[in-house]
Order: sequence, then structure tokens, then C-alpha cells
Amino acid sequence: MTGRAPVSAAPAVRVEHLAVVRGRTRAVDDVSFELDAGTLVGLLGPSGCGKTTLMRSLVGTQVVSSGTVTLLGEPAGSPRLRDRVGYVTQVPSVYGDLTVRENLSYFATILGASSEAVERVLADVDLCDHAASMVGRLSGGERARVSLATALLGSPSLLVLDEPTVGLDPLLRRSLWSLFHRLAAAGTTLLVSSHVMDEAERCERLLLMRHGRILADTSPAGLLSSTASEDFESAFVALIEGDVLGKRGVPAAGEERP
Amino acid sequence: MIWRRMRATAGRVLRQLRHDPRTVALLVAVPAVLMGLLAWILRGRSHDFDTFGPQLLGIFPLIVMFLVTSVATLRERTGGTLERLLTMPMRKADFVLGYAIAFGLAAIVQALVVSGLCFGPYGMTVRGEAWLVVVVAVLDALLGTALGLSVSALATTEFQAVQFMPAFILPQLLLSGIIVPRPELPTVLHWVSYLLPMSYAVDATQQLSTHAAVTTQFLMDVIVVGGFLVAALALGATTLRRRTP
Ligand SMILES: Nc1ncnc2c1ncn2[C@@H]1O[C@H](COP(=O)(O)OP(=O)(O)OP(=O)(O)O)[C@@H](O)[C@H]1O
Ligand SMILES: [Mg+2]
Repeated sequence: MTGRAPVSAAPAVRVEHLAVVRGRTRAVDDVSFELDAGTLVGLLGPSGCGKTTLMRSLVGTQVVSSGTVTLLGEPAGSPRLRDRVGYVTQVPSVYGDLTVRENLSYFATILGASSEAVERVLADVDLCDHAASMVGRLSGGERARVSLATALLGSPSLLVLDEPTVGLDPLLRRSLWSLFHRLAAAGTTLLVSSHVMDEAERCERLLLMRHGRILADTSPAGLLSSTASEDFESAFVALIEGDVLGKRGVPAAGEERP
Repeated sequence: MIWRRMRATAGRVLRQLRHDPRTVALLVAVPAVLMGLLAWILRGRSHDFDTFGPQLLGIFPLIVMFLVTSVATLRERTGGTLERLLTMPMRKADFVLGYAIAFGLAAIVQALVVSGLCFGPYGMTVRGEAWLVVVVAVLDALLGTALGLSVSALATTEFQAVQFMPAFILPQLLLSGIIVPRPELPTVLHWVSYLLPMSYAVDATQQLSTHAAVTTQFLMDVIVVGGFLVAALALGATTLRRRTP
């Protein structure tokens, strides 16, 4: 793509040479990428590859070793981003000793969101029937949805979701992904992590991570064609084997990125 | 309203307490029973309960609130809710003061019930104003909350948090003048006792026990305890980290 100047202003997310050392591991190792506003991007990779660490660096809760992260034109962690970025942690972070509605009302007040927002997100995550239940007595998947609903309260411009669909049944997963697509269509940028490769096909763009590095930055179709695979799981295996053997990497197929 | 988030936090903590009626019952019943036990132990020993009663009336709430707050805030730290709040437009002061208000209200209920029992059925008397004993008890409970908030930053598990009670509170208790009057302590310990908030908390109730009028020393004690309270809250706020390794 040549006409880069007049397109949209700044990217929603710009990460440059980010490195994070946690304990003795380089959890994120020289990672750079940009996300355009209004895109739905999947961050996929095996357990321990650094997805959570990368996401924490984006939302500004992670002490980083080097590199820069810019969201919506502001440095990560800037106070001006606090009501514009929504983050769902991998482990649901809501109060188990409050009801679903009490949790949402509290976080809505903190975010300055209205009480209609509470009803809206309850419907979004299909928890209207459980609004009066204690969160501590919900199932794991229900609790995860309360945590997700909390991040949707403030209608943020950027949503960082750490494995939001883990442990959910296929129907619910489908309805959440269609919600993510609706949000992206309305201009929200979403970065969604998963270690279930099947979820790759639901994203517009994929960042594949391994050992703290971005192995490939591609589209679902591009990933399949460049690895000559039928499904995403074997595509990822092929990618890793290629990485191990020749360090050749995979061309950023399908996408018009440089 | 600027303090909207602080009030919401206080309301949320109180709602959590309401969903846990057993904790609320313990909060009130434990000091009530302990004071009753003390009254029984000291029955017939002339004015002993009038001496020890008011002092312990301030110390029990401090200990209870210290424990409750340090466990509550540790849960927020380890459960990810604190991290989530700090990625939202939440000031650290909103969080700390929200907790102080919620547990302060709980402390008022606790102090009213327990001192009602002490001055009523247990037969405790003080020369000074009884309501000032209640004020000091609430102030001590708030101090316990503030100390619990800052100390919980040092703990990474609930086991550790619970151990901080004997580590931080019992030495203060030993040096506060309850066991040996502070001027009779070994010189170094006497100096150290000046640095500990509980010395002033205990002295304030002693002043109320022994003087009919409000003494300047009582006022000084209250001001110093208030100063420790503000300092501990500020320290608690600085222990809240938006970025962690
Ligand atoms: N608090 C920590 N202290 C030290 N090392 C850590 C810490 N948290 C994570 N790590 C290490 O950093 C690396 C990346 O962890 P991270 O949680 O980012 O992985 P992940 O891709 O999110 O994995 P998963 O899919 O299992 O959630 C791992 O090797 C992990 O052991
Ligand atoms: Mg993770």
C-alpha cells in the first residue's frame, strides 16, 4: 500500500522494540507492531509465550525493560488513557463477594459510565438472568463474562482481552466473537489473545507469538496459504518447525503491511 | 462530584461486609465478649476494670480492623481487582479513603455496641466524658485500618498478612504502658515508645479515666494519633502500584 499519508491519522497501538524481563525469562523479546483503529486482531501462541506480559505492557501495568508503547497517541499507562482502554485479565478480576450487578455498578461509577451501560453490558455477555447472583457462586465461564462485561462498561476505544473465551461453550463463544466484530465495526480496536488456534479464523489479523517474539504477522487466509495447511493448528506447527529449522520466518501474507 | 469514586469504594466495601454477616457479627461480638471476660476477671478488684477497661476498649478495635483491612486489601492485590481499578480513572486516595470510610463506619457501630456494654452491664466508669472514650476507640480503629492498608503491601499471601498482626501490633502493645507504665520502662524502650502510635492511643484513654476535665495532654494524644492516622493512610496510598514487574 502506497498512500500511507492520508489514511487514518495515528495507529491505535504502536509498539516499538518492546522487551520485558520477568524473573529470569525474557517474556517479551524485541517486539514491534502497529494496530490500526477499528481492527480485530488475534494474539495467538502457546502457553508461556508472553501474551499476558505483552498485554500488560500495553495497558501500562507491566514494568518494561526497554522499548516504547503508544496507545491512541499517548504513552502506555498515561492517565488520559484510563477511561479509553479496557483490559480483561486472564484470571477474572471481579469481587466474588458481590452480586454481578453490584460489581458492574461499582466499576461503572469508577469509569463514569451510566446505569444504562450496566444493563447494556449485561445483555452483551448474556448475563441478564444472573444479575442478582453472587459472583463467587457463578461458574468459571460466567465469572469470566462478568470480568469481560466490566471492561465493556466505559465503551473504550481500545479493548485488550486476555483469553476472554476460554472455557466457554461453542454457542457462547460464537456470540462473543460476533460482539467483538460488532465493536470493531463501530471503530473499537480489539486485541484478543487465545491459545486455541481455532479462534484464529475469527480474527481479521493474527499476531503469532512464541518465546516472547512475534513469529508471524498475517491474516488467517495468509497463514493457511503460506504454510500450505488445512487448519490453523497444523499451520502453527508448520510455522514453529520452520522457525526452528531455518529461522526463515513467514512473509506477512495477505496484509498490506510493509 | 470529585469524591464520587471514594464514596463508591466505601459503599462497595460496606456491601461486601453486608454479604458476609458472620464477619460483621464477629467484628462486634469478639470485642464485646472479650471486654465482658475482662470485667469478670477483674470483678471485686476495686477499680481495676476502670483502669484497664478503657485502654483495651481502644486496642481491640485497632487489632480487629488491622487484621480485617490487611486481609481485604491483600485480596484486592492478589485477586487483580486493585490492578483493574488502577487502570481505570481511580486515584489512589479514592481507594485508601474509601476503605477508611467503610471501616470507620463499621468501627463506629462496633465502638457504640462495645462501650454501651462496658458502661452499662459491665459497670465500667471513667472520670471524664464517656463519649470521648467512644471517639478514641473509633480513632484507634481507623488507625488499625490505615496500618493494615500499608502493611498489607509487604505481604504476598494471607498467611503472611495474618502474621503481621503480632509483628506490628504486639510490640506496640507491650510498650504502650498497659503492662508497665511508660516512664518506668528501660530508657531506650521508653524513647522507642514515643515513636509508636499505640502509646498515645492508650495514654488518651488513661487521661479520660483519671481526669474529669479534658486535659491538654489528652488533646495532644488525640492530635498525635490523628497524625499517625494521616501518615499511615498516605503511606498506604504510596504502596499501591500501577505498574508491577
Ligand atoms: N510474575 C512473574 N514472575 C516471573 N516470571 C513470570 C511471571 N509471570 C510470567 N512469567 C514468565 O513469563 C513468561 C510469559 O508469561 P505470560 O504469562 O506472559 O505467558 P502467556 O503467553 O500469557 O501464557 P498463557 O497462555 O499460559 O496464559 C513465562 O515464561 C512465565 O513463566
Ligand atoms: Mg496468559
